[in-house]
Amino acid sequence: MRRMVALAAIAAAMAGCGGSDEADDSRTLTVYSGREEELVAPLFDRFEEETGIDVEVRYGDSAELAATIAEEGDNSPADVFFAQDPGSLGAVDELLAKLPSTTLSRVADDLRDSEGRWVGTSGRARVIVYNTDALSEDEVPDSVYDLTDPEWKGRVGLAPTNASFHAFVTAMRLDAGEERTRRWLEDLKENDPTFYEKNTPIVEATASGEIDLGLVNHYYLYLVQAEQGSDAPIANKYLPFDDPGALVSVAGAGVLASSDDVDAAERFVEFLLSDESQRFYTDEAEEAEIPLVDGIDPKEGVPSLDELSDRGPDVDLSSFGGELERTLELLNETGYTS
Amino acid sequence: MIGGARGRVPLSLALPALVTVALLLLPLVYLVLRAGSGGSRAWEVLWRRSTAELLWSTGLLVVGVTAASVAIGVTLAWLVTRTDLPGRRIWAVAATLPLVIPSYVAAFCLLGAFGPRGLAQQLLGVDRLPELYGYAGASAALTLSTYPYVLLLTSAALRGVDPALEEAARGLGRTPFATFRRVTLPAVRPAIGAGALLVALYSLSDFGVVSLMRYDALTRAIYLQYRALFDRTPAAVLSLVLVALTLVVLVVEGRSRHQTHRSSPGVAREGRRFALGRWKVPALAFCSLVVGLFLLVPSAVLVYWLGRGLDEGELPWREALNSVTASGLAAAAAALAALPVATLALRYPARWTRLLERLSFSGNALPGIVIALSLVFFAANYATPLYQTLALLVFAYVVRFLPQALAGVESALASVSPRVEEASRALGRGPLRTIATVTVPIVRPGILAGAALVFLSAMKELPATLLLRPIGFDTLATDIWRLTSVGAYSRAAIPALILIAISAPFVYLLSTRRDPAAGDPG
Repeated sequence: MRRMVALAAIAAAMAGCGGSDEADDSRTLTVYSGREEELVAPLFDRFEEETGIDVEVRYGDSAELAATIAEEGDNSPADVFFAQDPGSLGAVDELLAKLPSTTLSRVADDLRDSEGRWVGTSGRARVIVYNTDALSEDEVPDSVYDLTDPEWKGRVGLAPTNASFHAFVTAMRLDAGEERTRRWLEDLKENDPTFYEKNTPIVEATASGEIDLGLVNHYYLYLVQAEQGSDAPIANKYLPFDDPGALVSVAGAGVLASSDDVDAAERFVEFLLSDESQRFYTDEAEEAEIPLVDGIDPKEGVPSLDELSDRGPDVDLSSFGGELERTLELLNETGYTS
Repeated sequence: MIGGARGRVPLSLALPALVTVALLLLPLVYLVLRAGSGGSRAWEVLWRRSTAELLWSTGLLVVGVTAASVAIGVTLAWLVTRTDLPGRRIWAVAATLPLVIPSYVAAFCLLGAFGPRGLAQQLLGVDRLPELYGYAGASAALTLSTYPYVLLLTSAALRGVDPALEEAARGLGRTPFATFRRVTLPAVRPAIGAGALLVALYSLSDFGVVSLMRYDALTRAIYLQYRALFDRTPAAVLSLVLVALTLVVLVVEGRSRHQTHRSSPGVAREGRRFALGRWKVPALAFCSLVVGLFLLVPSAVLVYWLGRGLDEGELPWREALNSVTASGLAAAAAALAALPVATLALRYPARWTRLLERLSFSGNALPGIVIALSLVFFAANYATPLYQTLALLVFAYVVRFLPQALAGVESALASVSPRVEEASRALGRGPLRTIATVTVPIVRPGILAGAALVFLSAMKELPATLLLRPIGFDTLATDIWRLTSVGAYSRAAIPALILIAISAPFVYLLSTRRDPAAGDPG
């Protein structure tokens, strides 16, 4: 019995020490990350090493985390929201604080919120992924508008419930107008596309030959190659012209206005846009996203931002959050999500 | 009619029951708030044509899965408990094991096996298999993960049927089939009903399967609505539609429930086994088919994936420990919470106590995301110290899985004659002491069985775990999610197999349980 009391005393003393140590020199930053742990965890580690600030990360789906932040309101424990898409950031932009202009100016102004509440941290291009056994690059259409051609009947895959597809349809609406988009959706539906839940299964199905081509973001190719080997018969086609199918979108981050350590939170966003972090996407990250900061080139085989910016629709990413509802209605009316 | 302990309901029992049910209703309160804030928009969503279609497709799925689960579960239960089927014990355990496979993993595996360009196509060398996506795939994967509920509850009840009744029927000249239909079946009907209820609630609330199999059910639409982000009204309205559907299921099950109970058999003994004779081969074929399709196929796919990724990374022991801790606490809490509610409903039968018991099911068919967000809302704003703690996660599990604990406790309580408790009361013990010293020891196996079911479900739970776990608290389920979300199936197979390995012993215990619960007919 006496021994147990002694042990308990020691334990209590140790706990006490640990507690006071922590209180002295540790600041903790809470990040809600809609970006996958498998992809971005090294960035968090590096920030901790560099600054000594502890980072606690809640991983989840971007849209679900946005809904969580909305429910938490001013009581949100989150300091930073690091999201997969402009839509999720836009959904909570009223809860975000304006970022310092030095951070914002790191990226082109069409890759951040027009009011400066969030900023893009890495880019992704829409592409057509295709099966290289079935098609050569030239045979793959140069425009998504060609996919309604009877030639592609039953051969196309897409993910109508996925945020990246929503962003693409939003871009088409803003670029080509409501009617044109509706007609395209209806005609494409006639062509019996196969629906998938997410981008990864589309690329997998393309690799297996279940479909011949799919509408996805460029980097899923690399994830599937990591799983299946680089000899998987798949390749990306970056659409050459001014086409909604060549949209460049971003993952991004914002600081919550309710954060109790805005300084640390801003440092984190700044860190994500540092040259070193941006090089991470080129040199290390398996999924090869596109760096957004000037002077840093993407991984070999991925076009740079400059090359991409001539293509693609001219649209405002910060309006995507507000436009999302109309896009979803359109998808519902044309039978894509109902 | 149950002879209750009657008399006034002791406050010490009513209070915990009321508090439990009130807490369970939090998600409903949240939904009403959210739907209400939408005003006329809420009505608009409700009367959309697509809402009616969703209701229809969800109903179709629930009816199909429940019917298939009852057919498979009851047949298997009878075969392994009441016949001379060779290898009964092994079949009993093997056929229950699919319970430990999370339904999203099951769907992955079925797709990996029978989907386009899946393993089966490669092995058979055929070009095309029948389409798996849609209704067929969704109901197959859901049946796989739910028929064990019926099997477990029914076989426990079958083991408990007093053989004297069947012997009497046979002695009076009834054929074996007529005996089964007129004597055995009615005795185990409450157990079948309880199992079917769990199956129906599970199919209503499941999201993983319908999303992977691309079947348009209410839960899928609710998840999709959360992507609309700005307006949470449609998701809330659709969730309330789901609650309404749950109420229909509860009423149907409540009606079919006979108020049966009996005194325990004087001597526990096994009844005579039915000789299968020339039916032995078809029976074995049936068992092989079920076990093969629902256990071996998923396991084979997991092992195949594992073979591709074994050399990478370390084993997720910390995640395993976290899963066991959270699920263990949830099992204990759910059993504790179920006890007063069940005791009240069965020992003090009155309209309000029955209503209380039914109400505790009402949120159960809500998808995890809805329960999670409602608790986010309440905890972050009104119970901040609790927010993102293990306690809140455990509470979420209790909200989701209490009916499973109730099923265990109630079936056990129904089997114990209240006379035993009345005797204790007459000898001067108070109501609480009677429960603690008389009731609990007698119904302990039922409580444990209910707790084990909750444990197994909590191990598999994903959506609420993702949003409510303390930061950095990774579980096996979140590990599977983390890896499959980037398509790393080979590495995801490791946590999936560990989850199955940890859960399996519980299934073994459950599947050999003898439930004294089965009442005599009428």
